[in-house]
Amino acid sequence: MEIKIISRDLVIIGGGAAGCYAGVTARRQEPDLDITIIEKAHIERSGCLAAGINAINAYINPGETPESFLEYVKKDSHNLIRDDLVYSIACGINKTVATVEKWGLPILKDENGNYLSRSSRSIKIKGEKFKPILANKVREERIEVLNRTVATNYIVENGRVKGCFAFNIRKGIFYVIRAKAVICATGGASGIYKPNNEGKARHKMWYPPFNTGAGYAMGIRAGAEMTTLEMRFVALRVKDVIAPTGTFAFAGATQENRLGEEYLQKYDQMSTCMRLYATVQEEKAGRGPCYLNLSHLDKTAAHRLYDSLLDMCPDLVLQWEEKGVSPDEIKLKIEGTEPYLVGGHCQAGYWIDINRRTTVEGLYAAGDVAGGAPKKYVSGAFVEGKIAAENAVNYLKRRTEKDIDISYNLIKKEHKRLSAPLNKNGIKARVMEKQLQQVMDEYAGGKSNYYELEENQLLEARKMVRQLKKVSAEMGADNLHELMSVQEVLDKLEIAAVLIEHLLYRKETRWPGYQTRKDYPDLKPEWRKFINSRYNKVQKQIEIIEREYKPLAAYKKNNIERGVVV
Amino acid sequence: MSIKINKELCHGCPHRKEGRCERICPGNLISRKNGKAEIEHPQDCWDCAACIKSCPANAISLYLPEEIGGKGAELSAQLKNDEIIWIFRKVKGGEKKYRKSLTVEVNNKENINTQETKKRKVK
Repeated sequence: MEIKIISRDLVIIGGGAAGCYAGVTARRQEPDLDITIIEKAHIERSGCLAAGINAINAYINPGETPESFLEYVKKDSHNLIRDDLVYSIACGINKTVATVEKWGLPILKDENGNYLSRSSRSIKIKGEKFKPILANKVREERIEVLNRTVATNYIVENGRVKGCFAFNIRKGIFYVIRAKAVICATGGASGIYKPNNEGKARHKMWYPPFNTGAGYAMGIRAGAEMTTLEMRFVALRVKDVIAPTGTFAFAGATQENRLGEEYLQKYDQMSTCMRLYATVQEEKAGRGPCYLNLSHLDKTAAHRLYDSLLDMCPDLVLQWEEKGVSPDEIKLKIEGTEPYLVGGHCQAGYWIDINRRTTVEGLYAAGDVAGGAPKKYVSGAFVEGKIAAENAVNYLKRRTEKDIDISYNLIKKEHKRLSAPLNKNGIKARVMEKQLQQVMDEYAGGKSNYYELEENQLLEARKMVRQLKKVSAEMGADNLHELMSVQEVLDKLEIAAVLIEHLLYRKETRWPGYQTRKDYPDLKPEWRKFINSRYNKVQKQIEIIEREYKPLAAYKKNNIERGVVV
Repeated sequence: MSIKINKELCHGCPHRKEGRCERICPGNLISRKNGKAEIEHPQDCWDCAACIKSCPANAISLYLPEEIGGKGAELSAQLKNDEIIWIFRKVKGGEKKYRKSLTVEVNNKENINTQETKKRKVK
């Protein structure tokens, strides 16, 4: 592969919601900066927003406050979140949403000109073109975008990030991107667990299958501290077509088990993970499958539902068309997806400070890859992109070209490592991936085990993933697309190994469904603390670090507000 | 999930370095062979429909794979500046169209359209 060395002030890895907002923020703050977004796909339709979305689910509607938002997220996450991060998001979301509306995002309004709310923290949008709108803004701001460019590792010397390595999967160029500051906004990770469907339906999943956790894996390898990986996210969705249950709930659907009981009422303390847990428990007790019952909807509501689904989940509409049924006659089977790691719904990700600074100098994180702040969704990703960019720009102004000098040895080493599988007759990435997914499903709380975790099983998983990691050096690729797949599987193995350590360490059940310990079934107050991890490069092992939970009052609240709102 | 590319309708986006669908696919799954677009890794498709909306020839459609009970109906779309038209092609032939506005200003107009569709559906 041809080697190309480029130098930039700021590099943003990932051109999704957080990355685009970060780029535009940095440009506005310092108009003369050299900014590059590297994007694995094409920025026009990449990441979670590729297909469009019909609502923004983190917003402070009239009657809500940043404080009430924080309390809601905390309660829903069973009292363990980073209060400072969530509060800073709450303080910033309305402003970022207004900005994106100015960029062209259509938001529905009532007759008084207020945003049309879907619930107290959600507003309705016409989001089919959400991603093209963000991409357009990035273009307008003259930000360089390297499409089809996959980041593989940070360039780290003397404990400081000096850019990243990447390669272009269409042109076969190996990029050495020197940068005074790096913002990681790659998104979370799917494909670590066995998908619910096989064959041509194997990517019929909730989270983008192309978000393969590069950001997490690069952080792990660079020795960054990661947090709360054990809080996996499992979405409760309509079977097969993965349509979101929320859309139906708002339309007035009831959630029933096979016997027709509205089973959620039987469970205490309803929260997002408990709705999943309850459904799984019903299945386990033989009262499944569970359904969304739409049969009591009137024709108008049914057709409105039909309409709103087209923008988000046309598959379901296609299925109805095939069966020749209309929504008001239907009971929809619901079930949990396979587990994902995603900081925007749960809180797996980089351990960051209020400025979105990671524990490695020169590296910032925002969006799904940043930890500690669940339920940030797309608007929270904007806020984090903004904060990360502002602080990265302040930081890089103090850095000079000389600070990002890198040794040629580093370049040579990564080039050799990355291109080694090319044209090698080795194990195919998809075979390796399947083995990993199988191990995780069977031994690390996959769907086939009702997401339940148990120490001996996890120890077995640890052993098997270690074995797979050893074998992974034997992977081969016939072309650049397969080389990308090899890198993805290496990343997933890296994440799986760390995830298992997190799952082993938390000896309580904090989030039933997401993290159910069969051997420690109760929530224990003494475990109201964060489990963090760091890869020790010298000893080549994963270290666990406990971090205490702190209420908002323990942080400098004024600073949080000032930093974000102004 | 996956897509079907109609070889007769696909004109291969001549004079372009990359075909439109080839350019946009988030999974890097589409390429051109002999002047026609082809999906190389159908099992990797996320059915985000980005390719479908980008195709000026309306040659690409979604279908439900057999693995989840698909029977062969297809869903295609035409994306315009301020509206999107979803087109169902039924198994036994015949089409059904849904027109959706993408702006908030013409929200009322959209409701009228939906109702017309409903009436058609009832017949």
